Amino acid sequence: MAYLKLERIEKIFGETRVIKGIDLEIQQGEFVVFVGPSGCGKTTLLRLIAGLEHIDGGSLQLDGRDITHLPSSKRDLAMVFQSYALYPHMSVFENMSFALKLAKVDTAVIKEKVDRAAKILNLTQYLERTPKELSGGQRQRVAIGRAIVRAPKVFLFDEPLSNLDAALRGQTRIEIAKLHRDLGATTIYVTHDQVEAMTLADRVVVLRDGVIEQVGTPLALYDRPANQFVAQFIGTPQMNIVSAKQMPALQTTAGLTLPEGGFVGLRPENVTLHPADQGLLQGKVDLIEALGAETLIYVTTTQGAQLVSRQNERTALRVGDTVDVHIDTDAAHVFDANGRITRTGKTPFHPHKATT
Amino acid sequence: MTSTQSNSMLFYLRTLAAWGAALLLFFPLGWLVLTAFKTELQAISVPPLLLFTPTLENFAIVQERSDYLLYAKNSLITSVASTLLGLALAFPAAYSMAFFKGKYTKDILMWMLSTKMMPAVGALVPIYVLAQNSGLLDSRTALIIIFTLSNLPIMVWMLYSQFKEIPGEILEAARMDGATLWQEFSKVLLPLTLGGLASTGLLCMVLSWNEAFWSLNLSAAKAGTLATLIASYSSPEGLFWAKLSAASFMAIGPIVVFGWFSQKQLVQGLTFGAVK
Repeated sequence: MAYLKLERIEKIFGETRVIKGIDLEIQQGEFVVFVGPSGCGKTTLLRLIAGLEHIDGGSLQLDGRDITHLPSSKRDLAMVFQSYALYPHMSVFENMSFALKLAKVDTAVIKEKVDRAAKILNLTQYLERTPKELSGGQRQRVAIGRAIVRAPKVFLFDEPLSNLDAALRGQTRIEIAKLHRDLGATTIYVTHDQVEAMTLADRVVVLRDGVIEQVGTPLALYDRPANQFVAQFIGTPQMNIVSAKQMPALQTTAGLTLPEGGFVGLRPENVTLHPADQGLLQGKVDLIEALGAETLIYVTTTQGAQLVSRQNERTALRVGDTVDVHIDTDAAHVFDANGRITRTGKTPFHPHKATT
Repeated sequence: MTSTQSNSMLFYLRTLAAWGAALLLFFPLGWLVLTAFKTELQAISVPPLLLFTPTLENFAIVQERSDYLLYAKNSLITSVASTLLGLALAFPAAYSMAFFKGKYTKDILMWMLSTKMMPAVGALVPIYVLAQNSGLLDSRTALIIIFTLSNLPIMVWMLYSQFKEIPGEILEAARMDGATLWQEFSKVLLPLTLGGLASTGLLCMVLSWNEAFWSLNLSAAKAGTLATLIASYSSPEGLFWAKLSAASFMAIGPIVVFGWFSQKQLVQGLTFGAVK
């Protein structure tokens, strides 16, 4: 049975339905990430679960109990806010013990729990400080500490890393992953960063305009996107999307059948470039991004399709060079005019992967 | 002239100007204090006397003739009670407007403030009739209600602008931590805005204490405040400068002392949000 169950959840702001009937089941101990472009409703959905916004339709059940209209304080959930939202007038210790104190937990027990959490998060020496005497990363850890001290039924994270600089973000991401592995707590994590989604999640929920586009494990979303939106949202650089018109060769030579007005989707790693001139397609190099471990090469084909190719080797190609564009047609996805997938490309390690 | 010299010249000039302005503002008040210690005859002498033997006679007469302590008690009770009542009403109002902003919040705030733009005398007749019909004329209750209502817009505005500085997520975090509405107030919002709350209260106390229009019109011998006491010395029987000054001195004395001790809070409250 599902631990947290969302049934036809709706939210209306004024005249606008921002959450349009969400159904979702989350299992105990699962790490679920809500991801989507800004304005897709992911934070609103989290706030509905948290009880910070009123649910206008549908029902929400946690551990077999209906909590749809329960106030936040009675839901037994903990939230880590984007802005950390620490209590500025309290010390780190008081911040972390606030919930337990409200719950009238014994002082000795509070001290023990806070000390344990502080130790996990490397905060022991800062317990007497106030939030303004801490760095951004430390504040973030206090906010996480405040949540784990309570051992709530579900942890809610609202873009917790977006206020940190890049280096700290990567580091904290790993800490959160470790923390989840150690505590095994049910977690819902909202982010617009698909790298966070891919690396942290057991399952990713991709949202757009208040509806779920797809739910699945990170690799399932990458390999078998349900539609063009998910295909392009997951993966950096984005999946190449080319219209049938721009790539007639795909139909004639490779035998792909494209629906009327449909598109072909190609992951950058499935596009390779060669200096020779016997390829399926020809193009001109527009831009080269040499990242060291990988190289991204942007080309425009003679039919006007813009493609990006990813390769793990450095390249001898230069901007302006004419190249042959090789496409792993087995791996190509095909979408119809509405963006729905009609053919899922084969993926590496897939049993049916064709040898090249 | 070197630049150091010109800087110190400028410094002295500025100091001189500041002292000049301060003395100019203080002069009427200083003169009032001097007059309070003169006899009636000395008070009207021409040229004015600067050196004289001070007397406490006026203070004794004021207390004897018109019971200063009663008026002082009325002032104290009305200003404290209206401030407490006002805070109790303004705190939740400002809370909901700052943290649960609706479509018309700004309009309501403007409308509240606009009531302060109307001349008080415009509402005199209806309010007088209301007070009369409800038997509240010359009662402290009437004054407390009127003081509260006339200070309420300012209190709501001051508290509102202070609450606006508090990120809403902090209160949400408290809610997630299991705080009830009351705990959210008492454990998070109140400690965070204590300074602002104090300065709002202080300002309203001063405004109520100094209020004259409504006290003069709605109260007399029973519920009269110190403003009424001062006014009673400018009577048809004649102007008694020395006694008037003594009464005024005793009326403003307490609030000046009060203001002196709380000036830091007052300034902080009035400039809140202006500079970050």
